Amino acid sequence: MGGFKNSKGSALDIINLLLAHYMKRFLGFVKKEFMHIFRDYRTLFILFGIPAAQILIFGYAVSTDIKNAGVAILDLSHDEITLKLTDKIFSSGFFKKTENLLNYNDIDKVFKKGKTKAVIVYEDDFGKKLIREGKASLSIISDGSEPNTATLITNYTTSIVNDFTMELAGPALKNSIRISPEVKMLYNPALKSHFMFVPGVITLILILICALMTSVTITREKEFGTMEVLLVSPLRPIQIILGKVMPYFFLSFINVLLILLLSWLVFGLPVKGSIILLLAECMLYIMMSLTLGILISTISKTMQQAIFISLIGLMLPTILLSGFIFPIENMPKIYDYVSSVMPPRYFIVIIKNIMIKGTGLTYIWKETLILIIMTLVFMGLSVRKFKIRLE
Amino acid sequence: MINVVESSDIAKSFGPIMALDDISFSVNESEIFGFIGPDGAGKTTLFRIITTLLLPDKGNMKVLGMNATTHYKELRKNIGYMPGRFSLYQDLSVEENLNFYATVFGTTVEENYNLISDIYSHIEPFKKRLAGKLSGGMKQKLALSCALIHKPRLLILDEPTTGVDAVSRSEFWDMLNKLRQYNITIIVSTPYMDEAIRCDRVALIQNGKILSIDTPQKIRAGFSRKLFTVKAIEKYRLIKTLKKNPEVMTAYPFGDSIHVTLINDSSDNSLFEYLVKEGISDAVIQEAEAGIEDRFLELMEKA
Amino acid sequence: MNEKVIYVKNLVKKFGSFVANDNLSFEVSAGEIFGFLGANGAGKTTAIRILSGLSKPTSGEVNVAGYDAYRQTEQIKKNIGYMCQKFSLYEDLTVRENIILYGGIYGMSKSLIRERLADLLAKLHFQEYENRMISDLPLGLRQKLAFSVAVLHDPKIVFLDEPTGGVDPITRRQFWETIYETASRGITVFVTTHYMDEAEYCDRISIMNEGKIVALDTPEKLKKQYNAASVEEVFIKIARPN
Repeated sequence: MGGFKNSKGSALDIINLLLAHYMKRFLGFVKKEFMHIFRDYRTLFILFGIPAAQILIFGYAVSTDIKNAGVAILDLSHDEITLKLTDKIFSSGFFKKTENLLNYNDIDKVFKKGKTKAVIVYEDDFGKKLIREGKASLSIISDGSEPNTATLITNYTTSIVNDFTMELAGPALKNSIRISPEVKMLYNPALKSHFMFVPGVITLILILICALMTSVTITREKEFGTMEVLLVSPLRPIQIILGKVMPYFFLSFINVLLILLLSWLVFGLPVKGSIILLLAECMLYIMMSLTLGILISTISKTMQQAIFISLIGLMLPTILLSGFIFPIENMPKIYDYVSSVMPPRYFIVIIKNIMIKGTGLTYIWKETLILIIMTLVFMGLSVRKFKIRLE
Repeated sequence: MINVVESSDIAKSFGPIMALDDISFSVNESEIFGFIGPDGAGKTTLFRIITTLLLPDKGNMKVLGMNATTHYKELRKNIGYMPGRFSLYQDLSVEENLNFYATVFGTTVEENYNLISDIYSHIEPFKKRLAGKLSGGMKQKLALSCALIHKPRLLILDEPTTGVDAVSRSEFWDMLNKLRQYNITIIVSTPYMDEAIRCDRVALIQNGKILSIDTPQKIRAGFSRKLFTVKAIEKYRLIKTLKKNPEVMTAYPFGDSIHVTLINDSSDNSLFEYLVKEGISDAVIQEAEAGIEDRFLELMEKA
Repeated sequence: MNEKVIYVKNLVKKFGSFVANDNLSFEVSAGEIFGFLGANGAGKTTAIRILSGLSKPTSGEVNVAGYDAYRQTEQIKKNIGYMCQKFSLYEDLTVRENIILYGGIYGMSKSLIRERLADLLAKLHFQEYENRMISDLPLGLRQKLAFSVAVLHDPKIVFLDEPTGGVDPITRRQFWETIYETASRGITVFVTTHYMDEAEYCDRISIMNEGKIVALDTPEKLKKQYNAASVEEVFIKIARPN
């Protein structure tokens, strides 16, 4: 019995020893990575300077066009005239009907679903009032978290309504009539366009730092020949990968805090939803980007290739296709499909929802799940593809 | 005596290029074994197979008694490897590089300091300097220290003397010699024939094939013909004139003279007469002992 | 034959307080093969940058190919060729494209380039490689071509930096024959290397140590003077006098 106990004790000891051994190796590796980072002042400056600069530069909106923007109708009157006007609005080609709402309470819900960018509300007895009193009012309520789209939808709708009034006034009625559209923005009442760029910048910066930096640091080892020695060493691929990932995970997270703090101090942008949920989602996205970076490094032989793939392959599509600048619904279907495999597209929805609309996980669980799956796929692929030998 | 490396019929190709073609050799314990051959001969590929970094297409590579393909994890703990480009982190200091490699191999600098003290003492005064700022000779010494820090049983050095000046190269070979006392087997490659003499045994390698394996002395002795050195002021004219003579089998420039072999070994007198007749009257012809390079040239001509 | 193409007297080059070249004086004749040796950091690179018009001396007299190294650096550059082991040809261009490119850089006329191209291909038995990428050529061929390109514009001096490092023995011999041939046409060949066996091929060699030229003579005389069997031994005796 005693012997048994003893051997069990020593087995545990060995496990502890091995663990300490492996940990030491691993921590030694992580320490070395931090040295690389902190010794390279220029990269460090870019790491923290660029996000700040982008937040400030992108503080201005870029004008865009709309097409097939989702619009819901809340028709409290439901008469011939409202039906006609609704018809005219949707036949213009700019809008696409998402839903018919029944009451005011539905407005918030339909916005949070995300497809609807504006809701048009006809007041009670819209048609009757228009014929009897010569004036009626409708409201255009739009989603201010996308200020460009919101402004454009409002303007287009107003001009369609004016057009409609003119037509109606011509042959049918001699009296002058007036429909007064009342414009209202939800979520971003002052229509500060900076707001939409903060999530965009976070999305872009994180994927760039994480994917670019990790892929460059791994390919650098290949180029300088140090990877050969690391491979010959008892370090496991997973230790090398995690050792590379850890420092950047840490730095990127600091970057997120920095951007949030900056946008709060400079633009007074608060985080409407749960800050913990936001940070957790950011961590998920950082992990996803890091694993993507490792995947890039396994397919590129030189730093140049890694930089090229990261910049052209990630930055441009992120800017152009993720809905960062150009609304996805304006894109031809093919781009829509392309963008659906782009992780930033989902993260931008998540972060906008949390920061600007203040929604919780119930509205963004699908996007979160997609990101989790992507992370796992990338991680699996890179551990598999990370070679224990040279090719 | 056990064989530290035993290679049988190793072959490896990259696309259409046959990098290694049926390579067989064995390395004895604590010997310095040299692979001598030009760039592109296959030295690096062979070393990568020995260090488990590449898999051979065919053949069997046994290192330290273990199969290099299946036992790579165990082997990697016992091999010290210095790749062709000194694999140092340029942005880390001398000290930090050494410490890093020690931790990665699960040891400390203190533990094996005696092994590297001879080498490391040369660069220790500069231990705070970044590796990227060291001279070629110092980089070479640091890389060697890093490769030795975990006390490997087998040390593999891929062209450690390339790009390093003559004094440092000579010091480097002295250091390798001293490592024998620790029972470390060393496999080293170099494109420079004159370094062959510093090895216990050498393999001449060219186009993925081993031309000859033996001690440097025996390889030189393998030269099959009489060798003459011919000197004259106008070297270019001398070479052209020699090559015109049908009696001359080979004429290669070798530093300040031309190494000549003749179809008929005893015709050196007639060679002198021939040169005078061709207008080269200042020629000095001497019989000489063949070097490794002469033998290499002879083997290449046959191949 | 005894025309001096490189004339250096009391050359000094300082970087701040650091003296990289300390009072160098030497001459090189037309058609001479001159070996310029020294350990890493001995000041070789600095001197060569001055000789090739890339950098100006601090003081002293330097004349290369008949031009002054202070004022006529552009003319110097037109009259020299340069080849180093690592980079000389564009790997992703064909043999033909490389030759045309270099001819163009040195301002040669189209007809002259075409003529030289044909000569060169014939001389090196290169015809079959004309349209092959440099990266597809064996190392030895690449080196021969790089040398031919360096002397394409008939410079007065060609600088070679470790020209035969890592090349197989036969190719190496062929390469030195090409160098001898070039020198016999009156082109000066200025070889820098820290491989002493390359130095043995030179007509004269100089050895630099800590910014100074400490030895300058034919390999044979230096070996006698230092009682050494090879230039390598001479070099080690100079660098480590004990």
